[in-house]
Amino acid sequence: MHFGHDEKQKLIEEVHAVVTVRDAKHTNFVKFRNFKIVYRRYAGLYFCICVDVSDNNLAYLEAIHNSIEVLNDYFHNVCELDLIFNFHKVYSVVDEMFLAGEIRETRQTKVLKQLLMLSSLE
Amino acid sequence: MPTVKGDGMRGLAVFISDIRNCKSKEAEIKRINKELANIRSKFKGDKTLDGYQKKKYVCKLLFIFLLGHDIDFGHMEAVNLLSSNRYTEKQIGYLFISVLIGANNDLMKLVIQAIRNDLAGRNPIHITLALQCVANIGSREMAEGLSVDIPKLLVSGDTIDSVKQSAALTLLRLLRSSPDSIPMGEWMSRIIHLLNDQHMGVVTAAASLIENLVKKNPEEYKGCVSLAVSRLSRIVTSSYTDLQDYTYYFVPAPWLSVKLLRLLQNYPPPEDPAVKTRLSECLETILNKAQEPPKSKKVQHSNAKNAVLFEAINLIIHMDSDPNLLVRACNQLGQFLQHRETNLRYLALESMCLLATSEFSHEAVKKHQETVITALKTERDVSVRQRAVDLLYAMCDRTNAEEIVGEMLEYLESADYSIREEMVLKVAILAEKYAVDYTWYVDVILNLIRIAGDYVSEEVWYRVIQIVINRDDVQGYAAKTVFEALQAPACHENMVKVGGYILGEFGNLIAGDPRSGSAVQFQLLHSKYHLCSPATRGLLLSAYIKFINLFPEIKHIIQDVLRSDNNMRNADVELQQRSIEYLQLSSITTADVLATVLEEMPPFPERESSILAKLKKKKPSSVPEGSEQKETTASKIPAVQMSNNVDIAPPTSINLMSQADELVSFSEAPPPSVFTFDSGPAPSAGGQSITLQGFDVGESSTDDFVDQGSPQGGSASVDLLGLGSPTQPTAPSVGSGGLLDMFDTLTSHSSAPATNGIDLGGLSGGAEEAFRKFICKNNGVLFENDLLQIGVKSEYREDLGRLWVFYGNKTTFQLNAFLVDVSTPGNLSESLSIQQKPVGGEVEAGAQVKQQFNMACVQEFAEAPVMTIQFLYSGAQQKISLKLPVVLNKYITPAEMDANTFFTRWKALNSPSQECQQIIKATSPIDHEQVKAKLIGFSVSVLEKVDPNAENFVSAGILYTRNQQVGILLRLEPNKQAQMYRLTVRASRDKVAKILCDLMQTQL
Repeated sequence: MHFGHDEKQKLIEEVHAVVTVRDAKHTNFVKFRNFKIVYRRYAGLYFCICVDVSDNNLAYLEAIHNSIEVLNDYFHNVCELDLIFNFHKVYSVVDEMFLAGEIRETRQTKVLKQLLMLSSLE
Repeated sequence: MPTVKGDGMRGLAVFISDIRNCKSKEAEIKRINKELANIRSKFKGDKTLDGYQKKKYVCKLLFIFLLGHDIDFGHMEAVNLLSSNRYTEKQIGYLFISVLIGANNDLMKLVIQAIRNDLAGRNPIHITLALQCVANIGSREMAEGLSVDIPKLLVSGDTIDSVKQSAALTLLRLLRSSPDSIPMGEWMSRIIHLLNDQHMGVVTAAASLIENLVKKNPEEYKGCVSLAVSRLSRIVTSSYTDLQDYTYYFVPAPWLSVKLLRLLQNYPPPEDPAVKTRLSECLETILNKAQEPPKSKKVQHSNAKNAVLFEAINLIIHMDSDPNLLVRACNQLGQFLQHRETNLRYLALESMCLLATSEFSHEAVKKHQETVITALKTERDVSVRQRAVDLLYAMCDRTNAEEIVGEMLEYLESADYSIREEMVLKVAILAEKYAVDYTWYVDVILNLIRIAGDYVSEEVWYRVIQIVINRDDVQGYAAKTVFEALQAPACHENMVKVGGYILGEFGNLIAGDPRSGSAVQFQLLHSKYHLCSPATRGLLLSAYIKFINLFPEIKHIIQDVLRSDNNMRNADVELQQRSIEYLQLSSITTADVLATVLEEMPPFPERESSILAKLKKKKPSSVPEGSEQKETTASKIPAVQMSNNVDIAPPTSINLMSQADELVSFSEAPPPSVFTFDSGPAPSAGGQSITLQGFDVGESSTDDFVDQGSPQGGSASVDLLGLGSPTQPTAPSVGSGGLLDMFDTLTSHSSAPATNGIDLGGLSGGAEEAFRKFICKNNGVLFENDLLQIGVKSEYREDLGRLWVFYGNKTTFQLNAFLVDVSTPGNLSESLSIQQKPVGGEVEAGAQVKQQFNMACVQEFAEAPVMTIQFLYSGAQQKISLKLPVVLNKYITPAEMDANTFFTRWKALNSPSQECQQIIKATSPIDHEQVKAKLIGFSVSVLEKVDPNAENFVSAGILYTRNQQVGILLRLEPNKQAQMYRLTVRASRDKVAKILCDLMQTQL
């Protein structure tokens, strides 16, 4: 699905609006347009995945956590600033674990090995 | 500043720090503009910019873009980076392009060329970057340009695993965005074997691709079933030792397991007994593991484990074949209903909704009713309460309907606004579906209006009126109840509508009690009048005119109201017109005519509940109910099927006017027949102004009505219609004739009231059109939907006919309690005797049963018998109403005669009642041979060399009825220029000519 620049901004705002109002007693899933968002909160950061309504909620919830653990290892105790200053590397991590909107690789050691190899390149 | 790993771009880090240190938005913009100017000058001026600098600046631009600013340069530099041999430079180039360059950018050709170079190279890191870029953009141009390269990478023997993973998903992306650009090839047959790949990552990626291919062509890839089952089995039973790294919090390969379980949901249960057994073992093992004590207290462990469990349950529900597994699944979900994790309660409610529709687990689900009701009342998250509502709806049946509906009504008072409308629909459907006692149904609906009037859509109150009209045992109760409800000082407008309608029809049933006498009823209704919208006022005016008929003693009071300036000179044209017409009607006509015109509404033909149609429309993916559920779990309600049922019969006073029309055109008292407006010939473009006058009645035509010219009395509608010139009656379109023009000027806003949705259709969708197809033919398909195909074969000899109806069950389930009932509307039974052979109570899956009807024509008839077919499909009652294609012309035998005889007889039949003439607009180009075939199909001869004009058709026949034989002569004069026909029928018996004329004109 392709979105123009303005649509993307609008999407971000809408997602922000539906996700951040929810509290801890709520589910980690929320209907969004014709899809659903599976999200997980880490301190002040929300990580969101938008999936088809029929997709497996818990599998995506854990996919988020799996990638957070990878980020944590990769950045040695990841914090928000790591993600900002190394935003281009975050893309690499995501591309390694998700591609074309699907789960690509789930084994943490394998992803990390690949990322470290890439980091050693110029 | 945090440490930057590896090749730090120091300038980038400094820039990001600067931005973060900005105290205001203005400062940030200033800093950004400074940076943009700097980068622009670097890109423009310095020719010796090296790769590192280009990368750094491109990366800064990307960061600025991500902050939400427009970037209008730097694209070319990013494309240049693609040809660098350094990973970091290439990566930034591809990243910038993926994030910033749209699919339609001019540079795309260059980008695709760079990608092709990288794919052709031998460096797996570069190949991966290129693939990621394609997967992220996925444009058609890319699909076309790379349609050969990517599949080749996927199945080539020397591709390394991680490239294969990326290639599989990139291909998936291209198949999704432009499926027709990817040539099918040899790779397709090899693809399912990726499920056997040693590397679990490859299997994980390939499973997604394969599922996409399977969805399009399950047959071609069905070999994947056994492969998926064996892979799943090896994971679930952990007999594999190399799983170690793919174990996530003690759960072996949860994501791959989920993907495999989803893949299997595209197929029916495996046929091969060995595969089937193996799959059952897997599913049982997964259910067993759910009962084992957790191996870790971490939520990650339980989430991963339950992700697999829920997907296994989805597969169990999908297969719907093993009662043991279904009940175990239900018990497992039952435990989750009270789990402390909200996620699990939510998901359990969701899955249980599906289980409730399986006959094997429906009862098991019902055991949890109390828990679900508690959830409805106590859950904090509205989406969980929504699921509880869905589940209550799905588990509802005759045994618990009263309790569930009661609980839902109670909850409705405090329910969230976001789910009220849907709840109202659900309550209305349940109340109707499971009503044993219709007084309960009436109470429920009135409560709905009282509690949540704003959320009660038109469909809901239309429906209660349809039901009250059709069930005379509840009419008195309904009148009494609405009368009481209207006493409330603040009454929802929907209550006024229902009240007005019901009292207008049945107010007499409670008028015996002086506390609810005629004047009291009228005053009560009228006290609400001024607070209502024009649409409701219009409805009340119709109720008032009905009161004039029911209660002559208050006629003068009502006439005063109609006459008041507030009505007669109302700014709203609709109200003005109703006031004037009703006043005239009540002043001019005799009591007899008035009584006939304002007769009680005839029963509505049974049809699918309009509410259900609305709910389906609103929430196509969640109408968990009997047979519908079967479709919706696969989320495959075709849009067409839904729209068929959308505009459904709102009962209105309009019917009364169409009856008036009928009254006049058939110069005898009309049969109190089921009067259906064809959905076909009354397109909404026809506008309300036409409908109001009863023109689109289908069966009776306006010009004929004018030609006959001697209507009784001087009823108001006749005066209005008297000016008519022959118009084309079956397809009135705005502006097609003088009549319409006249009404256009009368009601200049003809489109406004059309939104009221006037439609009085009663038969199943498409029934009228199918019926019309049979006028000129004897065999064919009368009706077809997802469940049933109904074919008809017939033969006639003089006044006798035999007709066979074939019911073909299209489903894979038995249709139970199969019942066919034929009713003869009005006094049709006096004209047509029908004898019906019994039909069995069941229709097996895929089978066809035949039913014979014998029909004898006693005298001429215009109506057709109505056939109602009822059966149970997956426990849900289905009902189909169709017109049985028995029409008068079937009993004609063609007759041959020469010109002399023809004209002698033609002249002999010269009384106005023996002739009927219509001008008809051709619906398709006039073709001599086709018309001839139609006439022969109509059972009349086609006489050659009779009419001096060879273009004209002259036909003759004898209509055999038990009582007498009727001579039929027919002349059809096409006018090719005007695309019109003039059809003249003469018959030796009164009324026959008109009936035949009406039948024939639908065929031209």
